[in-house]
Amino acid sequence: MKRYYPVIILFITIVVIQILTFVTGKGYMLTQLTMSAYYVLVAVGLCMVMGYAGQISLGQAGFFAIGGYTTAFLTTIDFSDKAGTAIYKLLDTLGLLITKETLYGDTIMHMSPWVSLFLAVILAGITAYLLGIPVLKLKGHYLAMATMGFGIIIYRLVLGTKIFGEADGISNVPSFTIFPGLELSGDFSTRISNYYIAWLLVIAAILLMVNLINSRVGRALRSLHGGEDASDAMGVDTARYKVIVFVIGAVFAALAGFFMTHYNGGIGPSEAGVGKSVRYVAIVAVGGMANIWGSLVMGLILNFLSLRGVFGHFDDAVFGVILVVMMMFMPEGFIRIAVYRDIKSFFHKILNRRKVEKIKLEHSHE
Amino acid sequence: MSPEQILQYIFAGITVGSIYAFVAIGYNIIYNTTGIINFAQGEFVMLGGMISFTLSKFMPLLPAIILAVLITAAIGGLIEIVFIRRMRKSSVLGMVVVTIGISILLREAALYIWDEQIRALSFFTGTEISSVNILGARISPQVLWVLGVTSIIVGGLYLFFKFTLTGQAMRACSENSRAAKLCGIKTDSMVNLSFMLSAGIGALGGCVVSPLTQTHYAMGTDLAIKGFIVAILGGLGNPIAAVAAGLILGLLESFSISILPMAYKDVISVIILLIILVVKPSGLFGSKQASSLKDF
Repeated sequence: MKRYYPVIILFITIVVIQILTFVTGKGYMLTQLTMSAYYVLVAVGLCMVMGYAGQISLGQAGFFAIGGYTTAFLTTIDFSDKAGTAIYKLLDTLGLLITKETLYGDTIMHMSPWVSLFLAVILAGITAYLLGIPVLKLKGHYLAMATMGFGIIIYRLVLGTKIFGEADGISNVPSFTIFPGLELSGDFSTRISNYYIAWLLVIAAILLMVNLINSRVGRALRSLHGGEDASDAMGVDTARYKVIVFVIGAVFAALAGFFMTHYNGGIGPSEAGVGKSVRYVAIVAVGGMANIWGSLVMGLILNFLSLRGVFGHFDDAVFGVILVVMMMFMPEGFIRIAVYRDIKSFFHKILNRRKVEKIKLEHSHE
Repeated sequence: MSPEQILQYIFAGITVGSIYAFVAIGYNIIYNTTGIINFAQGEFVMLGGMISFTLSKFMPLLPAIILAVLITAAIGGLIEIVFIRRMRKSSVLGMVVVTIGISILLREAALYIWDEQIRALSFFTGTEISSVNILGARISPQVLWVLGVTSIIVGGLYLFFKFTLTGQAMRACSENSRAAKLCGIKTDSMVNLSFMLSAGIGALGGCVVSPLTQTHYAMGTDLAIKGFIVAILGGLGNPIAAVAAGLILGLLESFSISILPMAYKDVISVIILLIILVVKPSGLFGSKQASSLKDF
């Protein structure tokens, strides 16, 4: 039960933040908080890959793009003029076609986002699996470059392919009705419910991770991070666990991409760029590598500030400074150093004082 | 494809390949003394082009380039002193992250100083329309400059590492830095020198190609990746092989444009990277045994 306390605290914080924005009339901030949640989801997944399995991935934005572009491409196909085709019949009999009226009064039919959600996750998972098997055998610089190379391939493909909208990306992505009454969209009226959709998704992901970390897999992963050769010698199937974690991280990123695309109503190639992947790494690094809560808090703060435009022209520079400063001065992460150490020293002081008093008492008895 | 056309593609490929080779040489020099891949290497090329462009407004081309190379070398040395020296004990993961961070900072600083405009140094001889006819192919005289400077750099480096005391000391550091230290070699200054050297070489490359490819504040990332592919292709730690690998990649890219859309040019080189990483990480010219001893 104890391991779920932070999750409960997180949930309460989320509710409190929502109420605060409502009370202070700053409801518009929920938009950025919602988007931050999706970026946090990527960061949390990457935290697992980097922090627990010790494998750097500079290709997370690629998986994000796989999720986003899969759904953007599939749900923007208009089926109203494809009535005779086999796919149409299949989707129609399964009840997976949605008829909508556009702004101009035309009717369009598009595939249910449930289909594209399924396909996006599968596609990201399979890609991560096929990429992970050869690539995760590499270490250090080679692994960094290989994953970055994957990211570049995805970026160049979406940037250079006509059906993915080239530099413009894909827009007019329909909203996603999860069940009647609950709609995933950037519409003004659904702002609060979307805020909760996003953060509940993060909570679900974190619950999964907390359980995973405290299981056999988690222990195997930590041994992997400590020393790959040693854990290999102890009979841990290191290759398998690395791939599993890599796939989980990729699926998280793809889910984030999927939800973000429906929330924003579109996706552009900048989401697939190497710069984004570096950002995710920066967030995990500030959060303290093997610390999901650190990644969560720093991911929320940094993305929120960045989306609000607080850093202005220096947006990228801020992340650069973070990377350099964190790695040089506090490689264990900001959260861990600043908070944990303070708390520790605080308790140490109290305990020591008690000890001192005890000793004093004993002396006085003598 | 007519023979002239093929020749034209070959020259284009060799030019691009030389640029990649400049970056890859820089990677290798630093890797040899420190075991670090400096992801900011592409930024040195950009800095060289930018600084020489600004200086060329106040002085003739040659001193502007020399000064730009020296300034960039100083920046490289400074980066080593300020950042890398403190990181000596950290993990490879940490080094990757820090050098990426440094590259972002250099890029953002360049954006701040030179804005988003694309700049180009003036042609060393002639103008953008002058061309030399070689066996039917028409190439810019600047291409000959690029090829000339590349050969001089390669030859110079070979002589430097082989015959000068400093060059030999740097090689000793790469073999075994502790043993080198025990022999009285100042390993710290060798590492510093390697950063200055590779920054300077990168900057020189940036100056020479600037008239052909233009200089833009964000060009470093692409070059860093291409340079890395070339360094791996040739076998990490071997600056001379990097040149051969650079030419191979340049030629492959230039011929791929004639078949595939331009937008996919980078995809091809990255796929080559993935294949070489998985199949033969020691590179085309590297020895498998030697690479298995190294800690990547």
